[in-house]
Amino acid sequence: MYPSPPMTQQPPQSQPVTSPRLNVPDGHLQSSDNRSHAHAVKLALHQVNFFYGAHQALFKIDIEIMKNQVTSFIGPSGCGKSTLLRCLNRLNDLIEGARVEGAMLLDGIDINGHDVDITDLRKRVGMVFQKSNPFPKSIYENVAYGPRLHGIRNRSQLDQIIEEGLKGAGLWDEVKDRLQASAFGLSGGQQQRLCIARALAVKPDVLLMDEPCSALDPVATAKIEELLFSLKQDLTVIIVTHNMQQAARVSDWTAFMYLGELVEFGLTKQLFTTPSKKQTEDYITGRFG
Amino acid sequence: MRSPFKTFFASGNVFIWGCAAGVSISLLMVFGLLLLIIINGLGYFWTSGIVELALKDGQHVMGQLAGREVIPRSVTPDRPEGKGRLRVKIGNRDIYGLDFKWVNDDQIVSQTYPPDTVLLERREWGNMYARINGVYKGEELQAEGNDAGWIALGPLITATNALHQQITRIETTEIGAINSDIEQARLQIRALGMGHSLSPGATDSSAPVINETGQIKDLKAQIASAEARYQEKTLELDALRTQFNEYSVVMVDANGREKQIPVGQIIRALRPNEISLVYKSWIYLTNVWSVLSSEPREANTEGGIFPAIFGTVMMVIVMSLAVVPFGVLAALYLREYAKQGALVRLVRIAVNNLAGVPSIVFGVFGLGFFIYAIGGTLDTLFFPERLPTPTFGTGGILWASLTLALLTVPVVIVATEEGLSAVPREFREGSLALGATKLETILKVVIPSALPGILTGVILAMARAAGEVAPLMLTGVVKLAPSLPVDSSWPFFHFDRKFMHLGFHIYDVGFQSPNVEAAKPMVYITTLVLITVVVLLNFTAIVLRNHLRKKYAGSVL
Repeated sequence: MYPSPPMTQQPPQSQPVTSPRLNVPDGHLQSSDNRSHAHAVKLALHQVNFFYGAHQALFKIDIEIMKNQVTSFIGPSGCGKSTLLRCLNRLNDLIEGARVEGAMLLDGIDINGHDVDITDLRKRVGMVFQKSNPFPKSIYENVAYGPRLHGIRNRSQLDQIIEEGLKGAGLWDEVKDRLQASAFGLSGGQQQRLCIARALAVKPDVLLMDEPCSALDPVATAKIEELLFSLKQDLTVIIVTHNMQQAARVSDWTAFMYLGELVEFGLTKQLFTTPSKKQTEDYITGRFG
Repeated sequence: MRSPFKTFFASGNVFIWGCAAGVSISLLMVFGLLLLIIINGLGYFWTSGIVELALKDGQHVMGQLAGREVIPRSVTPDRPEGKGRLRVKIGNRDIYGLDFKWVNDDQIVSQTYPPDTVLLERREWGNMYARINGVYKGEELQAEGNDAGWIALGPLITATNALHQQITRIETTEIGAINSDIEQARLQIRALGMGHSLSPGATDSSAPVINETGQIKDLKAQIASAEARYQEKTLELDALRTQFNEYSVVMVDANGREKQIPVGQIIRALRPNEISLVYKSWIYLTNVWSVLSSEPREANTEGGIFPAIFGTVMMVIVMSLAVVPFGVLAALYLREYAKQGALVRLVRIAVNNLAGVPSIVFGVFGLGFFIYAIGGTLDTLFFPERLPTPTFGTGGILWASLTLALLTVPVVIVATEEGLSAVPREFREGSLALGATKLETILKVVIPSALPGILTGVILAMARAAGEVAPLMLTGVVKLAPSLPVDSSWPFFHFDRKFMHLGFHIYDVGFQSPNVEAAKPMVYITTLVLITVVVLLNFTAIVLRNHLRKKYAGSVL
């Protein structure tokens, strides 16, 4: 029914289990049996609650994100998938009255710890937003923004980073002759890929994508989806999408969320073909959502 | 069922007509005002011909026509058009006392434009309209009669104008420098004396006292030498003045009254009835330039308005330099850092209301706070030797600019806040997500995107400040400033100096001058120049804003 990711793009099989596994009670994860133990855990969430003031938006989320895999969060609007995503680079800190409970371990270190440098965290966990948001600067300056922030001044080094970033986002060939042109002259899809290039330029480990294709036409969407397969060679990608076909196409793992709770999490193939929960089945077959 | 009236009203036609009427009335008022100012202002520079009127009583009137009107209450049923009268600018204020004269139509026998009439622009007493009787060197007749006199007069005026420049230069620059040397030395002596009597440490040992008396001796010698130089200069000036007043011209007016005028008093002589249109246009341009570039004469009613233009522009620039950092920082705090709540709302309301406080109140505050409190303290701390003459404890361009900065800071805060709030959240999040701190985000993304908005605030502030007069009257504007706030003597920018301002100039010339009627064109010109200055300042800021807008294309403002 849903196209599964091409076999050639399957996660590298040589990944050994290196990072310390969390001691997570398996019962919390609905499809824990399906977890591929060939992959290392990049990011582990344990009993995460999130509050906007008095309103609780996330309930006891337990999830393990695998390294060099694409994980998608699906669910109806307001289910908390974006909130969860924004917890992962602590962008929710900006919201007054926001509060998070539970453990969120990136490579085994709690990202909400007191000794975590938030700018360092955000450097490691990049983000691409729903609406492409290039800065009102040139293409070059957009990509150079991050590296410059982190102290890279050398022109040739910057040039190289920018070329790598743009190539990584599949934009290099389209813009290499007009790097000094305004980023706003690009098309919507190009702008979104520029934002990806900008995120890649700071060399993150994890890339969060918050409905990156929701404002794009099918051709631009296809390009970004293609990109995801190459990105996961070096990165761990987490993508929020309201488009189930997209989740099915691009992700190795899928998490279904509903009303702030993680209903089901497992290999995409299994979740879409043999969901273990009734709610999941109803949602993916279009009975609600 | 809707009534026909309701249907008609709901169709929106009435509304559109109402909007159109509102726009038209606004445009009409603005253009009407501008047209009035432009016509009356620009007409002043035109040298019209000299008319000579022969009257029934045998008198003659000579001058430039300044208008015509129907005599009030002269319209009767048998004479529906009424009796007319002419307004003639007769000049020759030193003879007649008045600049203008009304002449009834029915008094006039003949109206001619004789080509031999001469217009003298003078340094004092305004224009003279007459004929030349003779040119004299001392008592000795050099050229007799109108035509010979006219030919002889030309080169003499050129020579005396050069002399006048030389005399002015010696008086202001050279003697001014000597005076400031003497003043400096005198103040140093005074400071030494004060240091001696004020600080107890100095009296303990005798060595510094000896040292000081030695210094005082040096300074006194300096003063003596400066005074000697002053004497030299005075002699030089006396010689120049004798030369300056060597020649004189005897003029004869329309009725045969003679008047002797030193050639040094004459700025320019013209025969307006015989010069060509091209030459008149050239004179027009030189008139415009001389008004823009020279200093006022005759209690500001004549001459130029350069010091007022300079003062206005400098005041506005200093004001902008003061208001932008304050306003922007305040807005940044209110919008980006402060916790949005009742207190911030209260502050915002207070800031908005500050914009509605009458400007004279700011003037009083500036006088009390800046001049008396801060200026007075500065004087006692840094310029005690000059007291009781105040340095900063009196009105000056700095205090006036700061007072106006206070007046306009709400405008900048409000505009900047709007600019900041219009920066999309995505920009901030995009920057933060790349690992930028809040400060880096504000400096690198938020402020550049908000710059057009900030500049809009600055434009509004400049327009407001350039047009304010009331607070300036208390904080440092004067009718006639002896020197510009910027000159060649150290430290070049004299922020303690009083200055002239176009807005105050309008008030002063139009309503405080001894000769309001003669000053009227000057009021229009000053208004025109003030509007032009404001427009130019705004235009510069708008060009800058558009440039930035292009640079940060996609910013929302």
